[in-house]
Amino acid sequence: MTQLPYLKETPSQTAGPYVHIGLAPGAAGFDIYDRELGHDIAGPNAKGERIRVEGLVIDGTGSPIKDVMLEAWQANATGHYAHPEGGGPVEDGFRGWGRVITDFATGEWAFDTVKPGPVPGRNGTVQAPHITLWIVARGINIGLTTRLYFDDEAAANAADPVLNLIEWERRRPSLIACRRDVNGKPVYRFDIRIQGEDETVFFDI
Amino acid sequence: MTPAAEYYQRDPNRHAPALTPGYKTSVARSPRYAPISLEQTVSEITGPTFGHADLGPLDHDLIKNYATTGDPIGERIILHGRVLDENARPVPGTLVEIWQANAGGRYRHKKDSYLAPIDPNFGGCGRTMTDDQGYYFFRTVKPGAYPWRNMVNNWRPAHIHVSVFGASFSQRLITQLYFEGDPLIPLCPIVQTIPDPDAIQALIARLDMNASIPLDSIAYRFDIVLRGRRSTLFENRLEG
Ligand SMILES: [Fe+3]
Repeated sequence: MTQLPYLKETPSQTAGPYVHIGLAPGAAGFDIYDRELGHDIAGPNAKGERIRVEGLVIDGTGSPIKDVMLEAWQANATGHYAHPEGGGPVEDGFRGWGRVITDFATGEWAFDTVKPGPVPGRNGTVQAPHITLWIVARGINIGLTTRLYFDDEAAANAADPVLNLIEWERRRPSLIACRRDVNGKPVYRFDIRIQGEDETVFFDI
Repeated sequence: MTPAAEYYQRDPNRHAPALTPGYKTSVARSPRYAPISLEQTVSEITGPTFGHADLGPLDHDLIKNYATTGDPIGERIILHGRVLDENARPVPGTLVEIWQANAGGRYRHKKDSYLAPIDPNFGGCGRTMTDDQGYYFFRTVKPGAYPWRNMVNNWRPAHIHVSVFGASFSQRLITQLYFEGDPLIPLCPIVQTIPDPDAIQALIARLDMNASIPLDSIAYRFDIVLRGRRSTLFENRLEG
């Protein structure tokens, strides 16, 4: 039998313990680039509510993982992605993409952005506001993809086609960040559990 | 919104499983449940875009981008290749980032305490954008092998870490490339997380004498393949 002439995807390998020197060298302890990428997700002109997202990535022993890198991908407040197929225009300077690393001592990570709007789903559905997160670290062979939803969007979350795809209802809360106000600023807490009780739902996209 | 086409599903046999006990760190860092497969939406078929304004003029040249008192120590190499998709089409204008140890096997990272010295003229990271044909090019020095804590006597083969975006978040990939002929490749527990020997071959950069610069640098070729995309649209719901 002859094979169709498709190429095969290059295999993934772990980002390893020194991912920071490549993708966030300032955090690894040296300055090399004039401009490190992924620090400013929303830019100065983005409309919508300014929020902070924070959390831990927790391993199967219950310990925080202290050498993680996360990337965030999100729409703006009107539900448009900064991409040619993103659904519409975005504000000047809105990138919708960010890169964040954990504090080496505590494992805490945080980023500032604007709260995204709802975006279209398939076949005429609407997806609740969400941020796609991609997690790489030593010991993770292929990046883990998950979604962060917002606990103050209960009605939209209840109708979200992706949350509803999760057969086990008790696993759905693993994707919902909890809002609190810190000095008048909304902060959403989103702890990611790689393994164990209350393991976060990950997606094969 | 405009209908769009989705990407071919990822072939799980092409990649390491999450749990690979020979690579011990994966044991507590691997999900136990299967990932839930999503039919792609605008959230998955889009991804960040970058421009030349994001980059500095020496970002692709690891021999010069951190040098102060002279060139870094080590074997001077050209690392080049193309970023293609599974349909063999070039992926133009995508960001490729690399990082690596110096010629002695030491990273410029505050967490790396290997006794090989830091090279004052070597940073160890670079980035570039592919051109219209998906072509990319770096200049660097060949990294050294280094020991790591897994079993007590595990050594990483010489390798360079590579990060690529592609045109959408579903193509996002981080991998590592190795060098043709390195005897440490088959001994490495991280390489061996990948069960398919053909897939491992795809991570080995090949000596490319024709691309070498005489009396200056030897070349290695490394092509990267990202997921391909359907040519049909996904918004037409099949009536059952
Ligand atoms: Fe490495």
